[in-house]
Amino acid sequence: MVEKRGVGTVLTHVALILGIGLLCFPLYLTFVGSTHTSRDVLSVPMPLLPGDQMVRNYTVALTSGVGVGVAKMLANSMVMALGIAVGKIAISMLSAYAIVYFRFPFRMAAFWAIFMTLMLPVEVRIVPTFEVVASLNMLNSYTGLILPLIASATATFLFRQFFLTVPDELVEAARVDGAGPMRFFKDILLPLSRTNMAALFVILFIYGWNQYLWPLLITTRGDMNTIVMGLGQMIPSADDYGDWPVTMAAATLAIVPPVAVVIFMQRLFIKGLVESEK
Amino acid sequence: MSAIAIRDVRKTYGKTEVIHGVSLDIEDGEFIVIVGPSGCGKSTLLRMVAGLETITAGTIDIGGRVVNQLEPRERDIAMVFQNYALYPHMSVYNNMAYGLKIAGFSKADIQARVEKAAAMLQLQDFLDRKPRQLSGGQRQRVAMGRAVVRDPAVFLFDEPLSNLDAKLRVQMRLEIKRLQQSVGTTALYVTHDQVEAMTLADRLVVMHDGIAEQIDTPLAVYERPATTFVAGFIGSPAMNMLPAEACGADGLKLANGEIVKPSEAPLPEAGRQVTLGVRPEHLEPASESAAELMLEVSAVETLGADTLAHGHLIGVSNGDGELVARLPGNAKVNAGDRLPLAIEPGMAHLFDAESGKRLGKDASGARPFRSKASASAEA
Repeated sequence: MVEKRGVGTVLTHVALILGIGLLCFPLYLTFVGSTHTSRDVLSVPMPLLPGDQMVRNYTVALTSGVGVGVAKMLANSMVMALGIAVGKIAISMLSAYAIVYFRFPFRMAAFWAIFMTLMLPVEVRIVPTFEVVASLNMLNSYTGLILPLIASATATFLFRQFFLTVPDELVEAARVDGAGPMRFFKDILLPLSRTNMAALFVILFIYGWNQYLWPLLITTRGDMNTIVMGLGQMIPSADDYGDWPVTMAAATLAIVPPVAVVIFMQRLFIKGLVESEK
Repeated sequence: MSAIAIRDVRKTYGKTEVIHGVSLDIEDGEFIVIVGPSGCGKSTLLRMVAGLETITAGTIDIGGRVVNQLEPRERDIAMVFQNYALYPHMSVYNNMAYGLKIAGFSKADIQARVEKAAAMLQLQDFLDRKPRQLSGGQRQRVAMGRAVVRDPAVFLFDEPLSNLDAKLRVQMRLEIKRLQQSVGTTALYVTHDQVEAMTLADRLVVMHDGIAEQIDTPLAVYERPATTFVAGFIGSPAMNMLPAEACGADGLKLANGEIVKPSEAPLPEAGRQVTLGVRPEHLEPASESAAELMLEVSAVETLGADTLAHGHLIGVSNGDGELVARLPGNAKVNAGDRLPLAIEPGMAHLFDAESGKRLGKDASGARPFRSKASASAEA
């Protein structure tokens, strides 16, 4: 650690506080905006202190919103984000396990095929994917929201790298102890991957929560909207004034779950990213 | 009936054969140490017994059952690994109990066995700890405990002490020996450390380049090494090897032209190239007249109990004359001295220069040399 004294300390703190202020001000503004009436928000200058309309605005947002209630959209988003995070972890762990621990024909080909999809973001393959999902009658369903986003080269790769660091002797000790492949996975590998899984869960949950384009494409019914796309629709366009305070309230609500996930899993998350002992 | 019978076992990786047919019979309760330099195939052999490597050719038989095609868990073995291979997320108790749980033992039975093993290894106070909270020696004991609880037909040790510091190694060496004796289980132990090998083994297997060069008791290996490799590998400092030429009844001509006179038959026929081996501890100071070898000392190492005099035969400046003598701790020797040495009676070894095989039918310890120095032994 570099130790600084006097002016140095003051300067670094000023810089830090400025930086935090810069990052947090828009969030604060969103919150303030969600506690006033529509008229107050649109007046110039905009109020910088919380108003007294908080309860009303949030109630409206949660129950009726602009089209669909935010509560419903939050639930949809939650299902999608959880589904994507859990599904991705499960699938990529299993495929990494297969690639690292089993010798089968075209093993490396399989690995490279997975690795190559790293280069193809969702947007590139979105038209064929939509076609497939539509043909399978999965439009407007949770399955349709989750399934196409579940395969993950990144997570597979991360688990592969982690599995490679697990000493071979551990596998051998387990074999001598009589543990078959499934037992070894369940009793040894899974507990050892706990922190990695936690770190990935945080990243993938936020990834899933923030999906915009895909839900926009495959949901046509309002009650399947996710909160992120719902927010997009709540922003007034053309000559519509809209209800800004309600929109702001919805936006504030939309960031609560990801923040909660990060806060609650922070300890494991950091451990999973920095841990190298083993 | 032997506990383990290894019959002409071979191992091939691709086109390279790394183990060229090893055969070994191990009696029930015997402690066998496989020793050799790194890359000699000793670990591969052990892993084939464990079932962690496939056997290319030959058979391995454990307790009267050919196990070539069996999984490790079906072979009735337990293994202790070099880096312990403890499950890092399990407590000491669970580490030891894991194999039993899989084997379907009852909870009470598992507890009884683990507690008995823990008592034997003084691990009672650590059963709730995780491996990372233990010291190296304690981890090693847990690894041994994991082997003991299963009460297998064979213990397999793969260099279990090489991660420990020197002092702990000596202590754990004794503990392993004591443990093996108290449970009476057959043990197969791999190491590159000759002290471990000598102290632990009932019988030694000295391996070199995929061949078992000699299989015998530690003392027999020390006294009658079968090849120059074994002679050089067992014993510290290593045995002196002097190239020589047999000249009939006269004896052996060394590289400097001096003749060492052997006494007993069978002597190699004249003209045959041989290697004369003498351990440093079997060279003793002699008077000039009685000296068989004249050493020009180039360096002296004082160890307290002993003094090692390094140097070369006078008149031989290339590597062929390199010689080490182990003298008493109070010997007065300095670099640059000329040191007359005699070979202790009957302590010389003779090997064929080309094949490296021991010469003479002295499997029972016949001594091919009579020392001229037997008359005088003063410094």
